[in-house]
Amino acid sequence: MTNSSLVIKNLHVSVSGKPILKGVNLEILPGEVHVVMGPNGSGKSTLSYALMGHPEYEVTEGEVTLDGKDILALPSWQRAQAGLFLCLQHPIEVPGVTLESVLTESARAAGRETSTIKKQMLEEAESIGFEEKFLERPMNVDLSGGEKKRNETLQLGVLGARYAVLDEIDSGLDVDALAAVSQRIQGFTHDQNLGVLAITHFSRLLEVLEPDKIHILNDGCIQLTGGPELVNQLEEEGYQVLLGN
Amino acid sequence: MASSNLEGFTADISKSLSGPNWLSEIRNKAHSDLDQVEAPDTEEEVWRYSRVNELKLSELTPSSKRPENLTSLPIERFSSSSATVVLQDGWISDITIGKEAEEAGVIICPAGDLEDGAKYFGAALEKPVDLFGYLNRAFGPEPLVVVVPQGTVIKDPIVIVSLTDTNEAVFPRIMIHCEDNSEVKVVEIQTSSNVEAVISPVLEVTVGQAARYSHCVVQNLGAETWQFAHQAVDAGKDASAEFYIAGIGGEYVRTRTDCRLTGRGAFSRINAAYFGEDDQTLDFRTFQDHISSDTTSDLLFKGALADSSRSIYSGLTKIRPEASRTRANQTNRNIKLDPEAWAESIPNLEIENNDVVCSHASTVSPVDENELFYIESRGVPTSVAERLILEGFFNEIISSFPVQEVSAILQEAIVGKLDRRTLNQSEQQL
Ligand SMILES: Nc1ncnc2c1ncn2[C@@H]1O[C@H](COP(=O)(O)OP(=O)(O)OP(=O)(O)O)[C@@H](O)[C@H]1O
Ligand SMILES: [Mg+2]
Repeated sequence: MTNSSLVIKNLHVSVSGKPILKGVNLEILPGEVHVVMGPNGSGKSTLSYALMGHPEYEVTEGEVTLDGKDILALPSWQRAQAGLFLCLQHPIEVPGVTLESVLTESARAAGRETSTIKKQMLEEAESIGFEEKFLERPMNVDLSGGEKKRNETLQLGVLGARYAVLDEIDSGLDVDALAAVSQRIQGFTHDQNLGVLAITHFSRLLEVLEPDKIHILNDGCIQLTGGPELVNQLEEEGYQVLLGN
Repeated sequence: MASSNLEGFTADISKSLSGPNWLSEIRNKAHSDLDQVEAPDTEEEVWRYSRVNELKLSELTPSSKRPENLTSLPIERFSSSSATVVLQDGWISDITIGKEAEEAGVIICPAGDLEDGAKYFGAALEKPVDLFGYLNRAFGPEPLVVVVPQGTVIKDPIVIVSLTDTNEAVFPRIMIHCEDNSEVKVVEIQTSSNVEAVISPVLEVTVGQAARYSHCVVQNLGAETWQFAHQAVDAGKDASAEFYIAGIGGEYVRTRTDCRLTGRGAFSRINAAYFGEDDQTLDFRTFQDHISSDTTSDLLFKGALADSSRSIYSGLTKIRPEASRTRANQTNRNIKLDPEAWAESIPNLEIENNDVVCSHASTVSPVDENELFYIESRGVPTSVAERLILEGFFNEIISSFPVQEVSAILQEAIVGKLDRRTLNQSEQQL
C-alpha cells in the first residue's frame, strides 16, 4: 500500500463553539511512535476525542485520513473498524455492560470469530498482569485509575488496530504496571506494525516505547517537533522556556 | 358524579353474579356507593398525565358470564410451581394445588367458598381508592383468596395467570393473606388476546408478623388492552413485602401500588422495569406509607421509552409522625430513546418525623452520550451499542427478581422489543 499512514491535516476543533485546536498537522506511519506533550488544557485530549468522533468535539476544518480513507465522514464505530483505537485518559464506566459483550459485538461487526474472545481476553490480561476477576465487572465500574488503563490496553490487544491514540495511558499506573503496559504496546509496534500517537506528561513511558518523534502542542497548535532528546530538554527547561515564551 | 356514564354497569348485572349472601352484600353496597364516587379526572393529582379522560365508560359493560372457551395458557415454563391458578375474564377457571402447598395447609379458593371471606375485602386498604376499585367490588365475579398458614415456608412460587379474552370490562380480584412468620412467592401473569378490554384488577395482600412475601407481576397485555390496576399491601411487625413489576404490554396500563408499613420494623420493596414502544402509555403510581417506627422502603423503577410511547412515574413516600428511624429510598430512571417518546417522573416525600434517612432521585434522559461513544469507539455499531446499554440498564432489575422464570420472561420481552427496534432502524436506513 502506497498511502499507509494516519494523516492529520490542518485540523481545527471546537468544543461548545469555542475553538480548541487551530490547525494540527501530523503524519504517523505504521510502526512509528509519535509522542504529543503539552501543558494542561492545551488540547491533547481534544485531539484524541476528535479523531475518534466524540459528538461534543466538532471538527470545523481540516482532514484526517487513515491509510488513505477519510475517517471524519465515518461514525465512531466505523473509525474503530477501519483500524483506529483510542485509549481514553478517563475511561468511561458503563454499568451493566460487560467487557466481553463489547469485544464480542465488535468482533461480530468485523466479521471475525467471536468464540475465541474470552480466551484472548485471558491471554491479554495475563500479559499485563491484569487480574482475571476484573474481567467480570461491568465496563470500568469500580476499577481504580490504573486498572482502567490496563483494561484499555487489554482491549487494544484483543481488538487489534492499525493506529492507537493513547491519551495518558501512563497516568495512574504503578511502576510495575507501567513497565508491563509499555512493553505490551512496544510489542504491538514491533510485531504488528502498530502506529502510536502517545499523549503523555512523563518521560518514563518513553523509556520502553522508543519514540520516533516528539511534538509539543500548545494553544491548539503543534509548536515544536523534534527527536527523543526533546523530552529531556523539556524536563530541564519546562514548556515556557522551551517554546521561547 | 360517575354514575351518569355508567349505564352498562347495572345493578341487575351486579346482582346476577353468584356467591353467598355476604358477597352479594359487598357487591350491592359497592354498587350503591357508585353514586357518590367521583369519576376520575386528569385534574386530580393522582390522575394527572393519565389517559383516563379518553376512556369511554358509557360504551362498556362488565363481564357477566363465565367464559366457556378457555384460551391456552403461558404457564408451561413454570415447571416448579407450588400451585397454579387460572383466571379468565376475572373468573376462576382452574386451581391446581401441588403436594407441598396442600400438605402445608395453604388455602387457595374462591372467596365465596369461605364463610368468613368478607374479612379479606379491605384487609390491606379499607376502602376502594377510586371508581375502578368500587366497580371491582360491585362486578368482581369470583374473587380469589390465598391463605398461607402461620410458620409455613412455601419454596416454589404460586403462579396465577389472569387472562382476558373479551372486549368487556373485567374485574379480577386476588386477596392474599400470609399469616405470621410464613413465606411465599406469588407470580401473577397478566395477558390478554388482541381485545379492547378494560381490566381493573385489584390485589390485596396482608403480610403478618415476620412473614416474607414476594409478588412478581408480569404485565404482558395485548396491544389494544387498557388496564387500571390497584395493588395494596399491608406489612405487619418485622414483615417483608416485596413487589417486582415487569411492565411490557398494553395500550394504556396504570398500576397503582400502595404499601402500608403498619408494623414496627416492616420492610417493603418495589422494583419495576418497563419498556414502552409504539404509542403505549405505562403509568405507575406508588404510595409508601411509613406508619410505624424502624420501617424501611426501597423503590427502584427503571424504564425505557421508544417511538411515541409515554410513561408516568409518580410516587409519594410518606413518613408519619410515629415513624422514627425510617429509611426510605425512591429512585426512578428513564431512558428516552426517541424524540417523540415522553416520560414524566414525580417522586415526592412527605416527612413528619425528623429522625429519618430518606432519599429520592429521578432522571429522564437519552442514552448517555459518553457511554455510547465509549462502546462505539471499540468498533460496536451504534444500534448494537445502544442495545448493550439498555440491556445493562435493565439488568439491575431483571437480576433482582426472585423467580428465575420471571427474570427470563422479562429478559426475553426486552430483547424482543430491542429486536423490533433494530429491525425498524435498519428498515429506515434502506
Ligand atoms: N467537553 C468539554 N466541554 C467544555 N470544554 C472542554 C471540553 N473538553 C475540553 N474542553 C476545554 O478544551 C481545552 C482543552 O482541553 P483538553 O482536555 O483537550 O486538554 P489536555 O491538553 O488534554 O489537558 P490535560 O493535560 O489536563 O489532560 C480546555 O480549556 C478544556 O477546558
Ligand atoms: Mg487530556
